[in-house]
Amino acid sequence: MENIFVNAAGGIRNLLESAGLPSLVVDISIMTTIFVAILVFVLLNVLWLVYMERKVSAYIQCRIGPNRVGPMGIFQTIADTVKLISKEIIIPKNTNKKLFLLAPVMIFMPPMAVFAVTPFGKGMVALDLNIGVYYFVALASLSTVVIWMAGWTSNNKYSLLGSMRVVAQMVSYEVPLLLSIVGVVLLTGTMNLTGIITAQQSVWMIFLQPVAFLIYLIAAVAETNRTPFDLVEGESEIITGPFTEYSGMGFAFFFLAEYANVLLVSMLASILFLGGWLAPFGLTFIPSWIWLLLKVYLVIFLLMWFRWTYPRTRIDQMMAFCWKVLVPLAIVNIFVTGIGKYLYESVRW
Amino acid sequence: MKTQEMLINVGPQHPSTHGVFRVVLTLDGETVVKANSVPGYLHRGIEKILESRTYPQVLPYTDRLDYLAGLLMNWGYVNAMEELMDTEVPERAEHIRVIMGELQRIASHLVATAAYSGDVGGLTGFIYCFRDREDIMDMIEMVSGARLTPSYMRIGGVAADLPDGFLEKCQKFIDYLPTAIEEYNGLITGNEIFQHRTKKVAPITAERAINMSLSGPILRASGVNYDLRKARPYSIYDRFEFDVPLGSNGDCFDRFYLRVLEMTESARIIRQALDKLPDGPINAKVPKIIKPAVGEAYAEIESSKGIMGVYVVSDGSTKPYRIHFRRPSFINLGHFDELIQGWKIADVIAILGSFDIVLGEVDC
Repeated sequence: MENIFVNAAGGIRNLLESAGLPSLVVDISIMTTIFVAILVFVLLNVLWLVYMERKVSAYIQCRIGPNRVGPMGIFQTIADTVKLISKEIIIPKNTNKKLFLLAPVMIFMPPMAVFAVTPFGKGMVALDLNIGVYYFVALASLSTVVIWMAGWTSNNKYSLLGSMRVVAQMVSYEVPLLLSIVGVVLLTGTMNLTGIITAQQSVWMIFLQPVAFLIYLIAAVAETNRTPFDLVEGESEIITGPFTEYSGMGFAFFFLAEYANVLLVSMLASILFLGGWLAPFGLTFIPSWIWLLLKVYLVIFLLMWFRWTYPRTRIDQMMAFCWKVLVPLAIVNIFVTGIGKYLYESVRW
Repeated sequence: MKTQEMLINVGPQHPSTHGVFRVVLTLDGETVVKANSVPGYLHRGIEKILESRTYPQVLPYTDRLDYLAGLLMNWGYVNAMEELMDTEVPERAEHIRVIMGELQRIASHLVATAAYSGDVGGLTGFIYCFRDREDIMDMIEMVSGARLTPSYMRIGGVAADLPDGFLEKCQKFIDYLPTAIEEYNGLITGNEIFQHRTKKVAPITAERAINMSLSGPILRASGVNYDLRKARPYSIYDRFEFDVPLGSNGDCFDRFYLRVLEMTESARIIRQALDKLPDGPINAKVPKIIKPAVGEAYAEIESSKGIMGVYVVSDGSTKPYRIHFRRPSFINLGHFDELIQGWKIADVIAILGSFDIVLGEVDC
């Protein structure tokens, strides 16, 4: 069980090599297989997350939630997707048609690209990049551009308001997000995601960096545009912000991409702070990738819990909270971490 | 850099204008510079229609004014008619009216609380309030057969006596209500983000509230102690013991929280009315064909949104010569344009929600 995926990849490689193919072809086929595997993993998770969100929200709100399509309604998302595919994609007048149609396609690219460096389990990483954290954050912030593109080309005032908010919000919250990660990188001394996980062998980062974890969690909620920071969509004020004009599958892509992003930030949270695929209490008989999924879903449940209990903040309050509370706190955290590490290493105290 | 003001149309199709209310905002970024509200998208000309209806036929139309407080609208009309015809309403009918009216007030405030929670972005609070409103809707259905449009009151009494099992159900609900209110306070009122969103937002001074002729919870949130049930008791309100909750700042939070407090007071009134409920007839002796003498009458009641006034002019025939409704939501909205200037677009929704308008009543 532990090495099921690693062994599968090795098996395919052996099979191809024994067939006498040149090594370049073998490498390319292995890469393609991994890419497809990650794609399937992310899409299945996204479909499951949509269902999970509906169920979680239903139980929080004293409802039952979807329960008609399939057992416990687990095929509800698939039914919804099929419905959305069959709908007409309406393109409003006076829009930049190319960009308008490109935005929903592009929205999936940043999360997909980021999953290339994510360790899904022991030895299960497509690309073991030594600047993994850097790559992760750099690419994840690209979705700002795409949402801005969607809002700007929609030629709708509500979309425009939403786009202005997305730029303000995601660019601001990028700062505390990064600064909170710096604390972890300082302690582990590496930007390689696998390296960060193995550095947490003795103690998880959440215990060494509790403040950083809180800052990360708050900033992550803002990065994924979820309540209490869902100003970008701000349903009761600006309809659905940049996505107002999208219909059918165009809308569905934005909707699903939100969950891909949720999966992404939760995965980074579990890798950076919760020990990634490391098994707690020596429970190593459970495979590492199951541990990672458990931790990821714990964080996701937390995010859903936030979403269905909190109201929305206002734009000025949100910005003030970011620049006046989170950023100074994150800087202080880095400072304290640095001093702590210096003392630990020099004084052995 | 050149900046430009933006004209944006909020409504008539918008998720949180509580129906088909429309307001044209001039925005500077996110801040409102100028506002121009345009009601009238639900105007059905009820007042004109009523001129060709007989007096009893008027009643169902009043349900459609404030459709979240149909019984109170009924009450406003029958109150004016009873004053016009000088009818004495039997004791039991008065008690039933008080019980049903206060239940309806709680239901209306629950919708206001629910919608407000939704307006500031917390959808869970919405569902919780509607869950409990359902009990009241069941009770209204028990007595009248309809949930939103009961038409339960009649000129001189009520349509039917309370059905079996109603009193127990009502008592049970009243006993349960404090638990529910505690839950709302935990989920909505006590939330830090909610308080940040609503406290000190769009305060109305007591003086301004009086000058703009505001009434109902909005007026009392500004600290003006004026509740018709206390100030000029109609029906049998002078016999009940209850307090009039008052706000101090007149901001969105006070306007919201006042409604929660009023629910408790309404429950108190219902409890006393249930205890005192006498036996006897439920209808006064009113002629089959209602033909009031030539004359006019104006009567006011305290509806859930404010002072609901009905003006009836009779020319001696079976049909009213003219009926006019003083609709509290509509008059309260008069202050809206001025109030939202300088606030953010998210506040506009919060302020509109705190006014608790019902478009059936605004547009009539």
